[in-house]
Amino acid sequence: MSQSIASQRESLRYRSRLMQPEAERHPDTHPLTWRLRDDGEVVWLEEYLRKDGYQSVRKALADGDPQAIIATMKDANVGGRGGGGFSAGLKWSLTLQGGDMPRGYLICNADEMEPGTFKDRLLMEQQPHLVIEGMILAALANNSCYGYIFLRGEYVTAGRVLNRALDEARAGGWLGADINGSGFDFDIVVHSGAGRYICGEETALINSLEGKRANPRAKPPFPGQSGAWGKPSVVNNVETLCNAPGVILNGADWYQGLSGERTGNGGSKIYGVSGLVEKPGLWELPMGTTGAEILDRAGGMRNGRQLKAWLPGGASTGFLLPEHLELALDFDTVGKEGSRLGTGLITVVPREQSLVALVRNLEEFFARESCGWCTPCRDGLPWTVKVLRALESGQGEAGDIELLDKLAADCGPAQTFCAHAPGAAMPLQTALKHFRHEFEQGISEPRTKAAEG
Amino acid sequence: MATIHVDGQSYQVNGAHNLLQACLSLGLDIPYFCWHPAMGSVGACRQCAVRQYKGEDDDKGMLVMSCMTPAADQTRIDIDDEEAKAFRASVVEWLMINHPHDCPVCEEGGHCHLQDMTVMTGHDRRRYRFQKRTRRNQFLGPFIGHEMNRCITCYRCVRFYNDYAGGTDLGAFGSKDNVYFGRYQDGTLESPFAGNLTEVCPTGVFTDQSHSDRYTRKWDMQFAPGICHQCSMGCNVSPGERYGEVRRIENRYHGELNGYFLCDRGRFGYGYVNRADRPVVPEWRQSPDSQPVGLGVDDALAQAGDALRHARRIIGIGSPRASLESNHQLQVLVGEHNFSTGIEAREQTCLELMNQLQRHAGLPTPTPREMESHDAMLVLGEDPVQSAGRLGLNLRQAALARCAALGATIGIPDWNAEALKTLAQDRYHPLFIAWPGPTDLDDVAAARYALDPDGIARLGFAVAHAIDTAAPAVEGLTSAEDEAARRIASALVAAERPLVVSGGSLASRAVLEAAGSVARALSRRAKRGGLVLVRREANSTGLSLMGGQPLDWALEELAQGNADAVVVLENDLYQRLSPERVDEALARAEVRIVLDHQRTATAERANFLLSAGSFAESDGTLVNLEGRAQRFFQVYEPGYMRPETRIRESWRWLHALAANLRGESAGDINLDTVVGACADAHPALAGMVDAAPDAHYRIDGLRLAREPHRYSGRTSMRANRHVSEPRAPQDPDTAFAHSMEGYSGYQQPRQQVPFAWAPGWNSPQAWNKFTDEVGGHLRGGDPGVRLIHPVPGQGCYSQPAQTLEGTEGLRALILPRLFGGEETSARAMPIQQREEEPCVTLNHDDALRLEVQNGEIVTLNERTKLPVCEQEGWPDGWAGLPAGLVAGLLPGEPVALQKVAGDQS
Amino acid sequence: MMADTPQKTALIGSDGFELDPADETAIIEEMDHYERPQAACIEALKIVQRRHGWVPDGAIAAVARVLGIGPGEVEGVATFYSLIFRQPVGRHIVLVCDSSACFLTGFEELRHALVEQLGIDYGQTTTDGRFTLLPVCCLGACDGAPALMIDDDTYGPVSPADLPGMLEAYP
Repeated sequence: MSQSIASQRESLRYRSRLMQPEAERHPDTHPLTWRLRDDGEVVWLEEYLRKDGYQSVRKALADGDPQAIIATMKDANVGGRGGGGFSAGLKWSLTLQGGDMPRGYLICNADEMEPGTFKDRLLMEQQPHLVIEGMILAALANNSCYGYIFLRGEYVTAGRVLNRALDEARAGGWLGADINGSGFDFDIVVHSGAGRYICGEETALINSLEGKRANPRAKPPFPGQSGAWGKPSVVNNVETLCNAPGVILNGADWYQGLSGERTGNGGSKIYGVSGLVEKPGLWELPMGTTGAEILDRAGGMRNGRQLKAWLPGGASTGFLLPEHLELALDFDTVGKEGSRLGTGLITVVPREQSLVALVRNLEEFFARESCGWCTPCRDGLPWTVKVLRALESGQGEAGDIELLDKLAADCGPAQTFCAHAPGAAMPLQTALKHFRHEFEQGISEPRTKAAEG
Repeated sequence: MATIHVDGQSYQVNGAHNLLQACLSLGLDIPYFCWHPAMGSVGACRQCAVRQYKGEDDDKGMLVMSCMTPAADQTRIDIDDEEAKAFRASVVEWLMINHPHDCPVCEEGGHCHLQDMTVMTGHDRRRYRFQKRTRRNQFLGPFIGHEMNRCITCYRCVRFYNDYAGGTDLGAFGSKDNVYFGRYQDGTLESPFAGNLTEVCPTGVFTDQSHSDRYTRKWDMQFAPGICHQCSMGCNVSPGERYGEVRRIENRYHGELNGYFLCDRGRFGYGYVNRADRPVVPEWRQSPDSQPVGLGVDDALAQAGDALRHARRIIGIGSPRASLESNHQLQVLVGEHNFSTGIEAREQTCLELMNQLQRHAGLPTPTPREMESHDAMLVLGEDPVQSAGRLGLNLRQAALARCAALGATIGIPDWNAEALKTLAQDRYHPLFIAWPGPTDLDDVAAARYALDPDGIARLGFAVAHAIDTAAPAVEGLTSAEDEAARRIASALVAAERPLVVSGGSLASRAVLEAAGSVARALSRRAKRGGLVLVRREANSTGLSLMGGQPLDWALEELAQGNADAVVVLENDLYQRLSPERVDEALARAEVRIVLDHQRTATAERANFLLSAGSFAESDGTLVNLEGRAQRFFQVYEPGYMRPETRIRESWRWLHALAANLRGESAGDINLDTVVGACADAHPALAGMVDAAPDAHYRIDGLRLAREPHRYSGRTSMRANRHVSEPRAPQDPDTAFAHSMEGYSGYQQPRQQVPFAWAPGWNSPQAWNKFTDEVGGHLRGGDPGVRLIHPVPGQGCYSQPAQTLEGTEGLRALILPRLFGGEETSARAMPIQQREEEPCVTLNHDDALRLEVQNGEIVTLNERTKLPVCEQEGWPDGWAGLPAGLVAGLLPGEPVALQKVAGDQS
Repeated sequence: MMADTPQKTALIGSDGFELDPADETAIIEEMDHYERPQAACIEALKIVQRRHGWVPDGAIAAVARVLGIGPGEVEGVATFYSLIFRQPVGRHIVLVCDSSACFLTGFEELRHALVEQLGIDYGQTTTDGRFTLLPVCCLGACDGAPALMIDDDTYGPVSPADLPGMLEAYP
């Protein structure tokens, strides 16, 4: 192999990076990313400790009041960053503890697979100790005896980095028996997955962790009541856990203040943009930053393209229009516009893109990633895909759009077993709402005779 | 109780149920697939959606799955809601996307839950215009056919097979819209309960292969309430007949006994009824070597009566696989003093002991359903799945029930199946098994103790002593034995409802005495426990209650020349005692009359062979291991389709023979007369009269129909014989009609249901229309009456039996086996195909002594060649041999094993 | 004689497949991380896959034996996860991300180029046994879309022109 080909190949190698330089990032305003290095190298333990690492654990262990951790997290109202937005503190407060209840498990959901989402990769690859620190706090609060980082199998680098960081933390006395002389025992192992988007659903993740098929579980009981191996278990997203150290160290008010006047939801958020923009990437910004501001940081649409629509936070969020760019991207505001914040990583759609084709691609994804447990998802989504393919190729029939409406409506929350199919329905429904004419153009045929029956 | 409001009406329901269960129990129809009354809810199919309102003021409500929603007090729902109905229609439409619509050629057609639900939801137009997915099928063994194209992915099969029945080879493979339910590789399904898949599957993925071979639609079969004759459980079955053949056996729901499930021996073991070599007319032969000559009924009776009249003394040999009625008529024929039960002496002693223990050991015998709510179990000397099929499934449920107990602590309802499974993981109610080799319940057992019969008895006595010091101590316990006994005792004492299971499989009095002592000790500790004692055959309990001399006595009387005639009722004596003894006895008898429906070795020695009806062609009463007398009814009159046959109930033959013997004209009798006479003659059996309604029983003035009212072909099915249609057979014995005329509904409560059908419910799920609540009891009462009742009082402990003197060499340890271990089912083709290769089980030291290695061939008693199977932990000095392999070899008898030089086959 | 033997020996063959002793040891070590051995199922299959490239039929029963669970359960897991291969695959696995960000930035061109250059479609293996082409859901490299993975290496953004040089590194 020639040198030039090798170096060409090296240059094509994907590297996770934050778009904000070190100079722009401060402990007060960028609790998630201020320690990251401009050179993109890993912040190992020594550097991490130098940068105030594990201070929150030191503080929490000294306080010795797990309930206080929960109370602070609850006050801070840290919404789940995996896409659900459920308050982590509230979740922790519902974990069964005490009495005869055995100590349970703390699981870090590092199964980042939501299309358009690439933030947890950065945190794990470059700042593994913040994840570990957050997990220790969560374990302390939830009386967890053991932690798992459920890492998607494709994140090979993250796995390597995390395992080395865990070794460092163990050697440094931050994990294992009697952490920091506190009497608290806790250790973490990386559990690497073998594919499938559904593993990101917290109960499916637990089944997968147990070595089973990743079918979600019915709730109730919630994982906090009966999770991994029937023990009280907590599943939190990587970014959510990374928020905990700052909250515990600086308090709920500080956290709320991070977002300023933009929103009622506090904290900072790793936002990002992908698609045809000039500079796709990641930024840590105050919660409630508008889509316009984020798109601006990304240098706007690539080569002067026009923005047609955008997904605010992954494939399972609803399409928004250019007019929605001024909305604060937080859990509440986006929800009012028929979409969801999701993971907060924007995907932009340029004007020339066929929405029918894009929705077909999204629905193909959801149909393929269905676990096959409940009927609407398993059998409804593939039908949706086939209708969309027909429309895309001009083979649609009268009634197809109404059929899509019905299929999407039937995949609503509570009608399906978990949030997978509702996630598939949202982009479909919003696309049908905003861009119905594009779908109508795919209809060339009257209904088939068979269908007339 | 809870009050719920459904479509504006208020109802009282069981608040511990989910809404689906509650509504179905009220008789309201909600379609469903993944839910099953015995397996709870998982919320997968989404078919049972209803609209639920939050409170009085909520007029919007939301769709919920009724199976996953508790029937809490003041719940308000609408089933008849437009959006809910539209959603339910969507669900069926999705399920039908890939379904082949092959109903006309599908064996499920006509008793298909998917058909029923599709009709119920009103889905009748196909909108899906794209290609369907197709699948390959697997070979799953002789019992079950596989047609995966029909699958609607309800997951019931794996939930039954794995979660409920403990199977490990079936699974759900793949994902998304391509989930495949099958074996991890082609091959015979290993679970002995696999046959239930044919009923658990809501459509035609898993079908009864034995039925496929000679297929008939459900509506074209004739049914009668049957009792399985293949072991002592007495499971209720619904045999279906067409053209004079049994075409299949399905489960007949019994709320206290078999519930929704059967074992595969019971379901697939009926083939002996259809064997071509059955004696179908009376036969006479000069000597065993000469050809039999067929006789008419009158000739047979006249000649046989004549022969008996000339005999000095007639010995009657009864049978534990024949009905009480037939045994009674035999006793009437030969006289009480000349009657033998046909059971080998040691087994009979054990049976009598079991009856006595059931009365006096201090603990009642729970029904199989009740067993499932026992929370600690000790099995002494039984391998329940092998010796009593269905019982093993009950005991498994008792062990698994720990999950419900754990669930209750954090508020998970009993029906939330997956959640309970998750919570419990592999925590089970303690189950201890003392048995020399592996059992099918080992996977849920806290421990299995590999012991020989004496060791098992010692352990049992030691447990009794550990529970109650008043029970005699066992001398010279090893520390391991002592530790085991204490561990078991403390688990039993800690339980609320401990269960002791034992039985006659090892033919050891000591084991039974030990089980009795444990039961007595528990009763003295005021435990609401139970005692279950397994008998070998369908009517072993009944025969032991009836009483009579053991078979050994009968053979001895004949051999000694104390009698010169013998009448053998449905019994192959060669299965019970050594061929030498049987040969000698039969050789001395000048008159040998055998009644049987099978051409057995004994039948071959008869000079008169009277063609008896099997369970499918006769009526009668059996007593199961609970002591429950249950009536089975003739499914079809064999002479209708095959007029050349002369098959009669044995009791009818024997009555006529007795009349003939007395020189009287044989006025016919009927079932009720025989039942009454039998009950009068045997006080212990007095209750049998009430086991089922008599022949005069009517509902709305109607007999009960044996045929569904869509039964077709009656006027043509005999057209090849005669242009005119004969009158349907008249049944003088029972309240059932051999036709579709008569009552076949569900509205009127009734115990005796030949087949389950209700409007809109053609599948086995129709049973839910016959029960007081879904999964509860038949509204007319579950069939049968208990004949054995516990007698109050403490009783006294028996002394631990002395350990047998060690004999030189090996002794036989007969291992019960589900497939091949029972005489009649072993004659059915699929059972023969399903039998495992027989082997002789030895422990390593004994194998070493014989200089054989695992897999090498030995000869047993210079006759049978068998491979050796070395088993770790297997007791010293015992050769484990599968039941039914060596006819007449008794448990504990010495056996000679000889290595076959150079044979590796 | 007083042996405490809770498990019935599985009467299940493994088609002559022999689990490598080192792999068995590795699986047993994995089991230590969890409350129940079954949790090591996916890792066990990956261990087998690392040695054989895929999970051969006989490995299902062998893994089941080590974990003490049923082969039906193991096959259920093996066929559920997209990164466990139950058919032979090439020496190198090419995973092409087909999720939204890549779809919007040239995935289809990239896929066509791959199909053309390798001469295979999804789920197929080149005749020389070198590459197997599979789709994968969002690789989490959306700022480098369109992205793909070859074995453990993630690349992005990748244009069709980059492919020949890139593939050359995987003999």
